[in-house]
Amino acid sequence: MKDNSPKLSAKDFATDQAVRWCPGCGDYAILNSVKKVLATLGKRKEDVVFVSGIGCSSRFPYYVDTYGMHSIHGRAVAIATGTKIHNPALSVWAITGDGDGLAIGGNHFIHAVRRNININILIFNNEIYGLTKGQYSPTSKRGQRTKTSPMGTLEKPFNPAMLALGAGATFFARTTASDPKHLQEILLRAEAHCGTSVVEIYQNCVIFNDEAFEAFLGKENRDDHTVLLEQDKPLVFGKGLDKAVQWASHELLVGTDVDHAVIHDEQNLNLSFSLAGMETVKPLGVFRCVKEPEYAAGMNSTFATKSKKRVSELLHSGSTWEIS
Amino acid sequence: MKTALEHIIILFSGDSGDGMQLTGTQFSDTSARMGNDIATFPDYPSEIRAPSGSVYGVSGFQVHIGAKEIYTPGDQPDVLVAMNPAALKVKLPLLKKGATIILNDDAFDRSGFKKAGYGETSLEAIEELKDFKLIHAPITSQTERALENLDLDNKSKRRCKNFYALGLCYFIFSRDPSLTKAWIREKFEGKDALVNANIAALEAGYHFGETIEAAIAIYQIPEAPLEKGRYRQINGNTGIAWGLMQAAEASGLDLFVGSYPITPATDILQELSKHGEFGVQTFQAEDEIAAICAAIGASFAGALAATTTSGPGLALKSEALNLAVMLELPLVVVNVQRGGPSTGLPTKTEQADLLQVFYGRNGESPLIVLAASRPGDTFAMAFEAARLSLQHMTPVVLLSDGFIANGSEPWRIPDLTEGYRHISTNMAQTPKEGYRPYNRNLQLVRPWAIPGTEAMQHRIGGLEKDFDTGDVSYDPENHEKMVEVRAKKVCLVSSNIPQQLVEGKAHGQLLVISWGGTYGAVRTAVKRLQEEGYEISLAHLTYLNPFPKNLGQLITNFRQVIIPELNKGQLLRIINAQFHCKAKGYHKVQGQPFTISELITVFRDELILQEHER
Repeated sequence: MKDNSPKLSAKDFATDQAVRWCPGCGDYAILNSVKKVLATLGKRKEDVVFVSGIGCSSRFPYYVDTYGMHSIHGRAVAIATGTKIHNPALSVWAITGDGDGLAIGGNHFIHAVRRNININILIFNNEIYGLTKGQYSPTSKRGQRTKTSPMGTLEKPFNPAMLALGAGATFFARTTASDPKHLQEILLRAEAHCGTSVVEIYQNCVIFNDEAFEAFLGKENRDDHTVLLEQDKPLVFGKGLDKAVQWASHELLVGTDVDHAVIHDEQNLNLSFSLAGMETVKPLGVFRCVKEPEYAAGMNSTFATKSKKRVSELLHSGSTWEIS
Repeated sequence: MKTALEHIIILFSGDSGDGMQLTGTQFSDTSARMGNDIATFPDYPSEIRAPSGSVYGVSGFQVHIGAKEIYTPGDQPDVLVAMNPAALKVKLPLLKKGATIILNDDAFDRSGFKKAGYGETSLEAIEELKDFKLIHAPITSQTERALENLDLDNKSKRRCKNFYALGLCYFIFSRDPSLTKAWIREKFEGKDALVNANIAALEAGYHFGETIEAAIAIYQIPEAPLEKGRYRQINGNTGIAWGLMQAAEASGLDLFVGSYPITPATDILQELSKHGEFGVQTFQAEDEIAAICAAIGASFAGALAATTTSGPGLALKSEALNLAVMLELPLVVVNVQRGGPSTGLPTKTEQADLLQVFYGRNGESPLIVLAASRPGDTFAMAFEAARLSLQHMTPVVLLSDGFIANGSEPWRIPDLTEGYRHISTNMAQTPKEGYRPYNRNLQLVRPWAIPGTEAMQHRIGGLEKDFDTGDVSYDPENHEKMVEVRAKKVCLVSSNIPQQLVEGKAHGQLLVISWGGTYGAVRTAVKRLQEEGYEISLAHLTYLNPFPKNLGQLITNFRQVIIPELNKGQLLRIINAQFHCKAKGYHKVQGQPFTISELITVFRDELILQEHER
């Protein structure tokens, strides 16, 4: 890697392509945050790869001036896996949504997480299918009326945090497109983590599922219905910092005893799971971050890049005989 | 007194737990080392261990050894080794009249006959056996007796009985048992009890042959006049694995193989997984789709990427394969065909995926299609698949089949400095005015720029792209142009492949066109008829898309074309459509290869018909 190249700004990561998301779409904020983070990290354009599947979010690679692939529905994570294994020096990002990543691509998602390959998976979660114009997704709320559920869905939604943690995630964070500052902090943490980093980003679809997150991200609701996760800090929140996340036997409850608030610990799996299960108050931040063996490094430790053996050696190995 | 034979076909058969695959492999390896030409055909059930003694648990291994060149495992066995009544029942109808049957007498008891579904409970009562020469050998009890002083449990002792059978065959066919002894010592290194037991069983079988020598015929099969050189045994799956490795070496790339286990292709992944030291990365994915997608991701990153599968897996991969067509990235897809549709006949052979490979994707989606013909050409064909994929920046499907994959033959180890030395790639050079990913050369091949390369960052995807800029484009005329460009790019590959060879005269009455694993049988049948004076020639295709440039002309040189296939006429449809001809087909879909004799009958009937119509 060269280190004498001039440091790039977020603008340098823009392409000449017109961004085609709907006005007001949360994707704009994510795009800008990612570009800022790449600049902050001092990444060179050629060392970064974005792979996406199909859906609104998956147009993302066209708008970042790095290497990129807009692939097929649900498969971004599988493709990104091959790219990362083959060249672990690259910074590889899979861009997906709740439909692309958790419905059609659900299998690849859990297996990438299980393998702990060092890629970042950004799930743009808007709880709806946007590009096909408004059908329910695996994260749509039960009973939600959509084009394919006019009487309300019968399905229980996935909880992406639970799903990722259940699959053995070494890094899971939740953030929102409506708070770019927090989003950028989380993206920096995700890129720094050596392993599969799963980032769920709440992203409002203004056309087909507007205000999906209003109950806890709306201006009036946010303080009382979200709690920020910070390592070693007490989980205290509310307009007057008067609410606390507390243990009540084996589950987490919201109480008022701020002196006995749970102290956040990203390495405590039990706590991470319990936080993932919270519904009335949504935790935002890094639920879990632990160090475990990373897949691509393991693969490449058994694989010769230099001084490789020659195939002719193999052809003459074992039992051979001469006919003269 | 030993009778010299030009060739002989031996079929080892027994329960799937009896070790018949091992016995057959040892017999063929020894024969190859002794200078015979050989061809093998393992035929085993898809159940790992069916109920013992049942007819559906019968596992067979057919080997054809010769003092002349051998092209097929042979039609009708001359010798059957039957370890139990079920094996006898299943294999008896396949034998040549008057064939020799070596029976493990111990297994032919009341219960054995019953499990095999025989009404009779003695060999004498089986009417059909009167036409055959029987050699009775108490294989199980003799093995137990030979091992009685060894410190080993009875079950392990009985499991050595396949080596007793092998020893007996070694005596009858004048094979040198020392190679198998060496193999046993290596295989069971550190387990002295097993080494001693297996060698003792082998020797006991051999000595039993000496004891009964006066009563049976003993044969020898002289060396075959094979081309000079260093040889080894090879099967089709190993050949493909090694051919891909050599292509990586010759192109200066690392090999990445993303696969998911599937019969009969799994051995390729298993073989490659051993070779990290050669720069091979293998990735066992969570499913067939992830396997090809990871390969595409690796190809994007600059690997020689491949995925290996069989028919059902190829169906799952088709959307991703189409992505590779659209992205124009190199990718080798190996499809080891088996009986279909659906799960079909997983361990049996068929050639019924050709139309899937040609047309089984949405949109206009041309790609390069090659087919291996025999275990001995898989190395070359895998290398060729990789070469064409890298040089034309498009996916290549290499077709093999269960028959080629598991069959083995002596293979002259090629000199890798000749013909396998270098594969040029189309890596992008630093352009003056920015890198354009779809800026094609005269062969319409786009430049390959890989992540990490400065000033060439670009985005590609499954959406249609503008011919000039490579940006997403929905323009109607541009789409049509791009469809035509992708098709033409594949057509132009015909300038980068050899002309079609004809075995026989280039003009005449009947041209046989075949492809894939039927080569040995078709070639032998054609040759026999040529020797009888018929005007018959063979064009066995290894390049299926595009076809060699001279194929159309060749077809017009013959009065009639016939295309035998192990499907319902797939190449037949393609040839008739592309060359506007009226070729006839001959089809068989039984999960079994063609026999030489059935092909001779079919071709001769056709030749006689032509004669009448003249």
